[in-house]
Amino acid sequence: MLSVSLSASASAIASGRARSEARRPGGIRLCGPRGDAPACGSLRLSHAAATRRAVPRAAASGNGAAGGGFDYDLVIIGAGVGGHGAALHAVEEGLKTAIIEGDVVGGTCVNRGCVPSKALLAVSGRMRELHDEHHMKSLGLQVSAAGYDRQAVADHANNLASKIRSNLTNSMKAIGVDILTGFGTIVGKQKVRYGKVGFPDKEITAKNIIIATGSVPFVPKGIEIDGKTVFTSDHALKLESVPDWIAIVGSGYIGLEFSDVYTALGSEVTFVEALDQLMPGFDPEIAKLAQRVLINTRKIDYHTGVFASKITPAKDGKPVLIELIDAKTKEHKETLEVDAALIATGRAPFTNGLGLENMNVVTQRGFIPVDERMQVTDADGNVVPNLFCIGDANGKLMLAHAASAQGISVVEQISGRDHILNHLSIPAACFTHPEISMVGLTEPQAREKADKEGFEVSVVKTSFKANTKALAENEGDGIAKLIYRPDTGEILGVHILGLHAADLIHEASNAIALRTSLQELKLAVHAHPTLSEVLDELFKAAKVNSGVSVNELVAA
Amino acid sequence: MAGLLHLHSTLLPSASLLRQRGGGGAQAAAPRRRRACRVEAKIREIFMPALSSTMTEGKIVAWNAAEGDRLSKGDPVVVVESDKADMDVETFHDGFLAAVLVPAGESAPVGSAIALLAESEEEIPLARSQAANLSSSSAAPPPATQETVPEESSLAPPPPPPPAPVAASAPSPATQGGARVVASPYAKKLAKELSVDLFSVTGSGPGGRVVAKDVEAAAASPTKAAAAPVAAARPDVPLGSTVPFTTMQGAVSKNMVESLAVPTFRVGYTITTDALDQLYKKIKSKGVTMTALLAKATAMALVQHPVVNSSCRDGQSFTYNSSINIAVAVAIDGGLITPVLQDADKLDIYTLSRKWKELVEKARAKQLQPQEYNSGTFTLSNLGMFGVDRFDAILPPGTGAIMAVGSSQPTVVGTKDGRIGMKNQMQVNVTADHRVIYGSDLAAFLQTLSKIIEDPKDLTF
Repeated sequence: MLSVSLSASASAIASGRARSEARRPGGIRLCGPRGDAPACGSLRLSHAAATRRAVPRAAASGNGAAGGGFDYDLVIIGAGVGGHGAALHAVEEGLKTAIIEGDVVGGTCVNRGCVPSKALLAVSGRMRELHDEHHMKSLGLQVSAAGYDRQAVADHANNLASKIRSNLTNSMKAIGVDILTGFGTIVGKQKVRYGKVGFPDKEITAKNIIIATGSVPFVPKGIEIDGKTVFTSDHALKLESVPDWIAIVGSGYIGLEFSDVYTALGSEVTFVEALDQLMPGFDPEIAKLAQRVLINTRKIDYHTGVFASKITPAKDGKPVLIELIDAKTKEHKETLEVDAALIATGRAPFTNGLGLENMNVVTQRGFIPVDERMQVTDADGNVVPNLFCIGDANGKLMLAHAASAQGISVVEQISGRDHILNHLSIPAACFTHPEISMVGLTEPQAREKADKEGFEVSVVKTSFKANTKALAENEGDGIAKLIYRPDTGEILGVHILGLHAADLIHEASNAIALRTSLQELKLAVHAHPTLSEVLDELFKAAKVNSGVSVNELVAA
Repeated sequence: MAGLLHLHSTLLPSASLLRQRGGGGAQAAAPRRRRACRVEAKIREIFMPALSSTMTEGKIVAWNAAEGDRLSKGDPVVVVESDKADMDVETFHDGFLAAVLVPAGESAPVGSAIALLAESEEEIPLARSQAANLSSSSAAPPPATQETVPEESSLAPPPPPPPAPVAASAPSPATQGGARVVASPYAKKLAKELSVDLFSVTGSGPGGRVVAKDVEAAAASPTKAAAAPVAAARPDVPLGSTVPFTTMQGAVSKNMVESLAVPTFRVGYTITTDALDQLYKKIKSKGVTMTALLAKATAMALVQHPVVNSSCRDGQSFTYNSSINIAVAVAIDGGLITPVLQDADKLDIYTLSRKWKELVEKARAKQLQPQEYNSGTFTLSNLGMFGVDRFDAILPPGTGAIMAVGSSQPTVVGTKDGRIGMKNQMQVNVTADHRVIYGSDLAAFLQTLSKIIEDPKDLTF
């Protein structure tokens, strides 16, 4: 009696959730497995739900037989965040699913990316706070001699990665996803082989195939990696050492996050950036403030407009040598002598050996070409039916949650509901202290679009200094910026630099995804005193339907 | 007259945030005349802007440019924190950021100078020396020498050094024969802040790298004594002990006590200095100092009011002095002295300035002859460079009057035609011996003086 009602209510909850998720257009998902925290409980629920809901469906029943004579309804190559997200949604939709993984479940995010880096950033954030005597004093606190044990910090990151990895694996196992070990290759239409590298001996058929093989750190020519003194983020996250002086090649969000970690742990940092500005991907106003807050006040200097043409690891007591050449003229500018170098020059797609040539698919700089539905397109520009590619491998938006959002979009399509993911509604965050987050267009991009399409753009800004909670924490450094269309009230972009920026952005990204207008948002209530009032300020300051577009600088 | 800090910013509410000195003071009063015979103002001051109508002081969050950087019109130079947000403040002139007067993290009142902008690279040392003098004002420099020093230093290279680099030590291995220096990021930052030359620091880091503590050690070495010609001694007062007067201090004390026997009264006057400031800017490059200008103006006024130049020596008669000798009070190390500009009314302003320079040097070197400090018939005392707006001075025995000069401040004034404007105004206060100088004499003298100062074209004879 008890169990029946339990599973009945469970199914109600689960199917309710599935339904609402199915309706959710953007499928915005944060990095990390679903049903994670109360792991055991909700996993059992979803398992029960899947089985119960599967019954009314004619063809696939939870994890019974696939429809149409295929071994599986869906095979995903790569069990990273993208693949995992797709797998869970697929099972909810009643698809018989298999996922092929040649290395470790969880892929980059869990093992070499988001998860361990956030652990290290949590440590560095606290270290920075404890060492900020001025800040502590202003709150009335005294802290004596805060220190850290490098191995314990590394263990924290490592243990977290292991935990999340096993959560991910269990979450898939529990709902009946077949986890197949080996490297997968596509041998023909709807046919996949997998096995040890170079020896794909097991073959399966699948109605639909998703490639989710992700990416690896890109190391430019001339740079010699030894994993100890010259390394990529893969090695850095193991935190095997904390160098006195580390050069970070690349000032995007990965380099920036590492600079935060290393400076908090006592290193000095030199950025080497090929473009003329640091942090080129950010909105320029945010980048300027970020430079002031995250770089100028720390033991960091930088060289811009230069390439590291040659990096030699440390040897026989000599330091790491980095030769810098001018990015345009290519003439030698300077040679840095540092203790370590981190290469953070972006990530290259991991798409070799997938057998794409069998489908007449040609990669572009390694990326697999896809259309807006994540369907793979071949060398002639035609859509390859039943073949999709999500995540870093297609290069559209190389973020973990973008991968899983794309995966969910694909599963929606496979389940009969057309779906096009709006990438402009996908937020991004940089977990420095203070955090940076953004969604939508930067101001220059918005203005360019406005010029082309003939509408006005307005911008409002507010400072964290005006926010009670931020001031209570004495963390008033930060701004939030809203770029919008005054004629329609449509949000074009939101950029935040400040405490908890990574969490605050979601109000904006949800609004963009659901196409909520500013007129509606102005009436939304935000709890006081919270940091979310920063966004409230922005919404309320925006002037919509004024007839006259005025760029207002609102220091609220 | 106030020293270098002429606060000429005109902060009109709708005006742009930053006014440079070159364009400042452009009130209704004679902008055209100014432009017609314009002498390049080579060192401009960058002012703390008013970012809101209620802002009285601003905190500098960060300097976007460093000393020595070239700036173009419209470049953001500094970020100022208001109560609402951080605002980027731009420069309205091309030039080089010569000296930062208020570093990041500190505050300055709205309208005060926060940096100096030199028009060309050659003027950077001149600006730096001005900045050095402004910062050493805490050690009570002679009010007049403050103005002469930059001119002196601009004539004689090298300028008075800011904290000097470390004396020659063996080139560190990291310099690779002086070609380049390997220094850690923090070491570089510190070196910039503390004005330490990295090439002269020995590195103790791996491979001879210069690290932060090497730079700190270098900066703390004795040459930091900032050998500014001005006696910039920190007030070394032995607390808790009794120190007898030196001869000079004894003399000062004696004179002050003697002055108690004289019946004095005081008359104050507010003088608008816009025109004088403009004149000063014009002829500054020819070696003319503000002290000289004031002395000359006073002398010219005294010509018309000889009784103010008289004194009462014996308690029964007027002693009408044949010459107008303006004594200017100068603080020097351990005391106070009054070098005298003899016949100030008869000398042209340029000669007067030259003479003043010589006197100041002698005073500093303690080589003034008695008649170079005893022969004054009227005394000038200036505390304007400290921001003092008014004070009254004690009458030195043997003279009839002494004039205390306060600083020139931008002031909101109502004009006769019912309008409101901004003018630079200074308050002067004359203490006079009522045995020989009566109220109306003094008042008339002050009226004449203010007319001369407010229309100073005759000063340049």
